[in-house]
Amino acid sequence: MALRPDLAIIADAVPPGARVLDVGCGDGELIAALRAKGVDARGLEIDPANVTAAIARGQSVVQGDANRDLADYPDDAFDYAILSQTLQTTERPDRVVDELLRIAPRAFVSFPNFAHWRVRLALLWNGRMPVTRLLPVAWYETPNIHHVTVSDFRDLVRAKGIRVERVWHLSGDRPTSDAAASWRAEHAIFLISRR
Amino acid sequence: MASLLHQIQHQRVTIAAPLALDSGQSLPATTIAYQSYGALNDDKSNAVLICHALTGDQYVASDHPATGKPGWWARMVGPGKPIDTDRFHVICANVLGSCMGSSGPATPDAATGAPLGMAFPVITITDMVRAQALLLDHLGIARLQAVVGGSMGGMQALAWAATYPQRLGSALVIASAARHSAQNIAFHEVGRQAIMADPDWQGGQYYGSARAPTKGLAVARMAAHITYLSEAGLTEKFGRRLQARDIKSFGFDADFQVESYLRHQGLAFTDRFDANAYLYITRAMDYFDLADPHDGRLAGAFARAKDVRFTLVSFDTDWLYPTSESRRIVQALQSVGAAASFVELSAPFGHDSFLLDVPALDRLVAGALGSGF
Repeated sequence: MALRPDLAIIADAVPPGARVLDVGCGDGELIAALRAKGVDARGLEIDPANVTAAIARGQSVVQGDANRDLADYPDDAFDYAILSQTLQTTERPDRVVDELLRIAPRAFVSFPNFAHWRVRLALLWNGRMPVTRLLPVAWYETPNIHHVTVSDFRDLVRAKGIRVERVWHLSGDRPTSDAAASWRAEHAIFLISRR
Repeated sequence: MASLLHQIQHQRVTIAAPLALDSGQSLPATTIAYQSYGALNDDKSNAVLICHALTGDQYVASDHPATGKPGWWARMVGPGKPIDTDRFHVICANVLGSCMGSSGPATPDAATGAPLGMAFPVITITDMVRAQALLLDHLGIARLQAVVGGSMGGMQALAWAATYPQRLGSALVIASAARHSAQNIAFHEVGRQAIMADPDWQGGQYYGSARAPTKGLAVARMAAHITYLSEAGLTEKFGRRLQARDIKSFGFDADFQVESYLRHQGLAFTDRFDANAYLYITRAMDYFDLADPHDGRLAGAFARAKDVRFTLVSFDTDWLYPTSESRRIVQALQSVGAAASFVELSAPFGHDSFLLDVPALDRLVAGALGSGF
């Protein structure tokens, strides 16, 4: 099965031999792709059924909560930390970003862009919290408690003095230009690093 | 029955070299009874050691010679099973101090020929592991692909990683802990006192006599058995239902089904276990604390085990070795950078879940052994 486009971008960008922690790794889809190219990839995942599936695939995955359990990893335990589609579900995204860049010098962070034009339109015309392809759950039961936009995330890392090494914007699973990304990107992937 | 137990012939080896123990004492020679399943490959790289729990034995996947019942993990070990004997050479050894053929309190004194009884030295979990390493040396197996254990077997797997990390590919630790808690020790002490309070115990020198402390041992087993089950499991299985009667007797017969069940469990246990062995093995578990030699820092125990791949599994209804103890181990492993997996499985059976039908556990065990990472 083909990798989700954001995961394919990350899998492609991590060099072989790197040590990686995939935070919120699900059933280990990205870890499998990373290990296939010789990356020492491990995972942290909150859902026990997903953890079981990943361990059953022979992966090293720990059941845990990104809000708390990143603290158990020592400084610089990894070369890269990965947080894909999970930032918006955390209790304090700013602290999670701090933790990612404590346990690894570089981190990939991907999230659905809440300023995508469909989201803006839904709010503007309907006056209701949008339900879209990437945000498919109604406001009262969504795990996405901290909606974030591309511009918000840029502001956060700037305020923290974090370097943005590279950004990928996706629209309809395809790359979209950085120009007008705030409107046009459904999804953004940031590669950030400590200064 | 204990005397009958000691008449069973087991496959075993005696290693004549002295074995130094944690207590400072030593065994002049060590006998280890063991079973193996599946073929050892030419380069001897497919060996998996299974470590048994307190009252387990080496008959992991073959019928028990005393009770005739199927092996205690027959559902997990065998051709095509999660621990696949078509792929792995599986070894299970009776632990030091036990009563199924390995050196223990029933072992005869070399000088007098009389059973040692309480003259057998107190042993530890790590001593058990040292004896297993002697067995592997004897079998010419330098390195294990994996060591696997539940409960006290998990403690041995952890002690393996701490003691012989270079001899180990991976460690699978199920429903276990890196130390015995005050509550764990307390329950064991109740069991030991029940045995030693039985007049038939005779200071441990009951082997030649017609009397053995079966009543004390049965009570010890009853108390322990409660700790292996969950409250919800007991309630579902027995509730307040009465045993073979419609009304309460207003006496002290086993009115309730749960009483009848526990009495049966206690009595049946005395057919297959020796009271002194129960004393020695529970003591070994109580002394277990992997962090102790490292100033209380558990990570210190795993400092040399960075290259061992660990998988830890706990069960949500296990209050004997709760999830928090597995998490503590995972934290220590992460702090030294060892590859660790951990999951808490949901199962209704309490601590005993590791022995019972939990399909997710089968998948985990197969996965943890399947990867040649």
